[in-house]
This record gives sequence, structure tokens and C-alpha cells, in this order.
Amino acid sequence: MASIEMKNIVKEYGDGFAAVNDVSIDVQDGEFMILVGPSGCGKSTLLRMIVGLEDITSGDMMIGDRKVNDLAPRDRNLAMVFQNYALYPHLTVYENIAFPLRLAKAPDSEVDEKVRKASKTLDLDEHLERKPGNLSGGQRQRVAMGRAIVREADAFLFDEPLSNLDAKLRGQMRTEISRLQKRLGITTVYVTHDQTEAMTLGDRVAVLKRGILQQLATPRELYENPGNLFVAGFIGSPPMNFLPATVEGRQVKLPFGSVEIPREKAEKVQDKGLLMAGIRPEYFEDASVKTGPMTGSTFHATVDVVEWLGNETYAYIPFEAPPEVEQQLRQLERDLDGDSMHTQLVVSLDGASRIKEGEEAEIWVDGSKIHLFDPASGDNLTVDHDNAGRIPTPRETPA
Amino acid sequence: MNETRTKIGTWVGFVFILVWCLLPVVWIISLSFKGPSETAAGSPQFLPKEPTLQNYDDIINNPDFRDSLINSFGISAISTVLSVILATLAAYAIARLEFKGKRLVLSLALAIAMFPVVALVGPLFDLWRTLGLFNTWPGLIIPYMSFTLPLAIWTLSAFFREIPWEMEQAAQVDGATSWQAFRKVIVPLAAPGVFTAAILTFFFAWNEFVLAISLTSTTQSRTVPAQLSFFVGPDPFNPPYGQLATASVIVTVPIIIIVLLFQRKIVAGLTSGAVKG
Repeated sequence: MASIEMKNIVKEYGDGFAAVNDVSIDVQDGEFMILVGPSGCGKSTLLRMIVGLEDITSGDMMIGDRKVNDLAPRDRNLAMVFQNYALYPHLTVYENIAFPLRLAKAPDSEVDEKVRKASKTLDLDEHLERKPGNLSGGQRQRVAMGRAIVREADAFLFDEPLSNLDAKLRGQMRTEISRLQKRLGITTVYVTHDQTEAMTLGDRVAVLKRGILQQLATPRELYENPGNLFVAGFIGSPPMNFLPATVEGRQVKLPFGSVEIPREKAEKVQDKGLLMAGIRPEYFEDASVKTGPMTGSTFHATVDVVEWLGNETYAYIPFEAPPEVEQQLRQLERDLDGDSMHTQLVVSLDGASRIKEGEEAEIWVDGSKIHLFDPASGDNLTVDHDNAGRIPTPRETPA
Repeated sequence: MNETRTKIGTWVGFVFILVWCLLPVVWIISLSFKGPSETAAGSPQFLPKEPTLQNYDDIINNPDFRDSLINSFGISAISTVLSVILATLAAYAIARLEFKGKRLVLSLALAIAMFPVVALVGPLFDLWRTLGLFNTWPGLIIPYMSFTLPLAIWTLSAFFREIPWEMEQAAQVDGATSWQAFRKVIVPLAAPGVFTAAILTFFFAWNEFVLAISLTSTTQSRTVPAQLSFFVGPDPFNPPYGQLATASVIVTVPIIIIVLLFQRKIVAGLTSGAVKG
């Protein structure tokens, strides 16, 4: 059991490309930390630097009170689950789990006791004598975890452990990992590109983009107070809508109409010219089925496509964006690995909504939850810094 | 209709290839059971008229043949073991490490493999006589190794490249040193490659003739293929075909046994199950 502290970690490759750039993250003892970001954001590289499979260009990697920059992987006492599990195919499940203990020259009785205990925890008892080749994806995943937990390591490291499983199994294993981690109370660093895993598993989440830490906060803080456009677009599904907006007093002018925002938010964004408004799909509602206080604004818009899912309805409303906003949105799409063709508004409505495709509908929006972003820098101007975790001050990224 | 035709075609091709490949072998086996009178006949029939084991008796009790068989075994086995060990280490380095001159090593190895053996006979003969290696086991083992190493390195490095690097990294995280990771994880996984390389090396050394006849002078180190050329018999106009055929059969048997034994080890897809399915 130990804390992991990364201080100004930099990973530069031979050609000068910085895969990880000045990242500082502190993982508390027993904490479940998620590293999340689109592909190529440096999250796996960072994990591999923690475990020692990748050299650290500069910065300090501390595990407990030890600086481990120059220690070999075997001297760091960490356990890792690889993306493709990396089981030893020539050994049985039993020997796979026992492998780290055998290397440590543990006596047979101790090996047996620990392997049995791990296999019981992971429900692998009936498979102990089989080879990994004969196991299903989920079982292989559990063997890989078994190999990690027999170690009594200082921390667990997971590198996208669920990305090879199908959707149903992924959900089950996610809960399983969460339960295991809570029970063992072991420090865990978990890499994923899946924002659902990030939101559900993590005590805290570090969002990375192109090697730079964007925000380090709890899932709730990330969702409610994203530090910039990137984090706002990455966290949440369907993603947050971004609309061109101008502010006059407390009124925000959007392509569909005006929305009133709270005074403290409005004060932060006076005289900034053209801004980008970020509104989550669930902050909208069909005005005709909306119950409760109508403390928001409503507007009329023509719905292009409707997707009814039973409990909720997604409605798509296309809009035209001015070129400078359009360009920023395209860039954001690229950063998020997306490939959206249209600028459109996605609204999540109640399942009871009867809005039809091609109809004009009255949509209600909760103005108090709107975020306003600077289109040039992407910073969230209305962020509530007390509830946003840590947002590193943006440094000029080398071109 | 079409299906039966395809089936018939497959079988015709199958039988043709079998006959093509096996007829000479069957002919040699049949010859080995024929007496001298039959082999000397103008137009001998395919199957022996009076099958006899006399040839086998003669060959096995021939001390020259026994010596050369021992030489063949010893020289082939030693070159195989040394060649495979060296090739495993070299191939691992080539597959895993980034170093300057990697391509040079690989292309040089290939160039050596393509070098004609005959061109080396003269220089080697002189060199070995000066160094005292002429007509000794090492005198044959060394050139055999240098001709089989390139092939073994190429085969093995292809195998090593296919092993996911994560396996080794997982072992290192689990607490293994680089050597332990290599020995306990990589080598077992590359076993099919190791056996393939071993078989190829053994075949080369077992069948090699040019060097064997040029770099030896007595049965102290002469191997079977070379020794066979000395089986001329008492009458130069009447070579002992039956005995030659028998010797060929006897030296082929170990090869067949080795292939059958190793074939089981060369299981494709041994790494299946290591990574996602």
C-alpha cells in the first residue's frame, strides 16, 4: 500500500515529441485514480512510466517515499493488468497466478494458499488446471487480475483492461473491479479512453489531452464544472452541445433564442464578444411534458431527427455556426477522435415526449447550468473554481 | 456433380504427387532387399524375387560404416545444439533490441547462407591443415555451424517477433529479471521455432557431402554421405548397388524418426490464448 506521486513528469521521444508534458498527479494511498483521454493523449505512456516499462525524461516519480525513476520494474513492487492480458500461454491458470510468487521463491505451501485464495476471490476455482487458450475473454481477464492480486503489491495498474470485452461483460467486470478495489483498499491507477468507466470507477479522474493534464477532479466535479471545452466535450454522453453565444446583461443570445443566466455567471462574461455556450443535452426538456418550476427559458426549433429510447428521447436540431465557432468545433471533434459532419444540437427529452421529426417544438432549457467558453483558448469562463478540482494553468504548448 | 469432379481431381493430384515423391524411396528400399545377382541383371524387376537380409547384415557389420554413422550423429548433434543456442540468443537480440548495424547483421547472415559451399572447400582445406583441424570433428562442426546459423537466426527471429512484447513486460512487472523473463516466458513460447531451426540444422549437417569428403581423410571423422562414396566393392564394373541402397535406408531412418518426434512439438499457434482471443 502506498501513495504514488508524479511531479512534473515529462516523456520526450528521440525526435523531440513530448508524449507526456509536465504532468503532476498525486494518487493518495488507497485511492482509485483514472487516467482518461482520447487515443494518443499519453495516458498509457504515463502508466508505463509508473510501472517502469518506459524511461522518464524528466520529473520525479515517487512511490511511497521512494523515488523510483531509475528502478527496474521488478523492484517497484507494482502489479499491472495489461490491455491484452499478457497471460503465459504455456502455463496453466494456476501457474499463471503463481508466477510472481514462484519468481519470489515463495515456499510451495504459501504459493498454494495464496493462489487458492485469489482464485476463490475471482471465481476461478474450476479453471485452475486449464490453459489460458481454452478460456473465454472474461475468464482471461480474471486470471490477469489474479496474477496481480496474489502479489500483495503496493499498487494496481490497469491499462484499458476492459477494452477487449463485449459490452455486457464490460459492465460486469467494471463492477467487479470496483468491488475488488474497495475490498482490498489498494491504491489503483486505471487507464481508459471510455468516459463511462472513468465516471463510474474513479475516486478522481485525470483528463489528459496530447500529453497535457487538462483537469484533475472527482467525476461529479468534471461533469458539473469542466475546466475547458475539451473536458466538457469529453465527459458526458451524449456529449455537451456547443453553440455560438453573445451575452448582453443576463441574456445569452443563442441561435434559437435568448436564455437568462444567473447573475454571478453573467458578471464573469461581460463584454467578451462572441463566446461558446456549453449546454448538456439533459439540461433541455420538451416544454409540453415539463413539470415543476419553469425557472428557465423556452425556445422554438425544428427537430430534424428523433431517437426514442423508451426512458428518454434524443432530438437533433441542426444549426448554422459562424466560421470562428465552426472552426473551433471542428478542432474539438478532432481532439475527441470524433467525426461529426453537422453542427447540431442534441437534446435529451423525457420518454413521454411526443415530438415528431420535422415538427417545430417548444424546448425548455435550464439557463442556470449553461457554461460559457472562450472560443479562442477554450477556457471555461463560468467555472466554479471551488468545485472543479485542479485545473492546471495553461502553459504555452510548443508548436 | 461439380463437387465429385473436384474430389476426383484432388485425389488424382494427390496420388500423382505421392508416386512422384515416394517411388525413388520405394525403389531404394526394394533394392536393399535384393541379392547381388538380381541387381546385376540387365533389367531387374521392381520387387525382389528372393528377398534377403544379407545386405543389412553386411552393412551393420561393416566397421567403416559404423564409425561413419557415429561421426554423422556426433557431428550433426553437436552442430545442431551449438547452432540453435547461438541462434536463439542472436535472434532474440535482433527481434527485441534496437541497435546500430542490425540490418547489416541480418543481411550479412543471409549473404553467408547464399555463399556456395564449393567455393570454400579449397581455402578451408589449406586453413584446416595449417590449424590441425583437418580430419577432425570440429573441422566439420565449425563450417556446418556457419552455414546453418543464418537460417536458424532468420527462422527464430521471425518467431520471436511474433511473441507479444507484453508477455515479457508482464514477466518483468511480476518480478522477473530480463534473463528470467527470457528463459521462463520467451523461450518456451518460441519452442516451435527452436525445433524448426534444430531440424533444419540437423538435416543440413546430416546430408552434407562436399565438405565432408574434402575435409576428412579417414573414418576418424568421415560422415555417412562421404563414406558411402567409398563403397565400391571388389569389382569396379559391378558396384554393390544392394549395399549402397541398404546404407541409404539406414541413414534415412533416424531422419524420419526425428521429424516424427519433433513434428509434435512444432504446433502452430502455441501462443494462442496469450492475448485477446
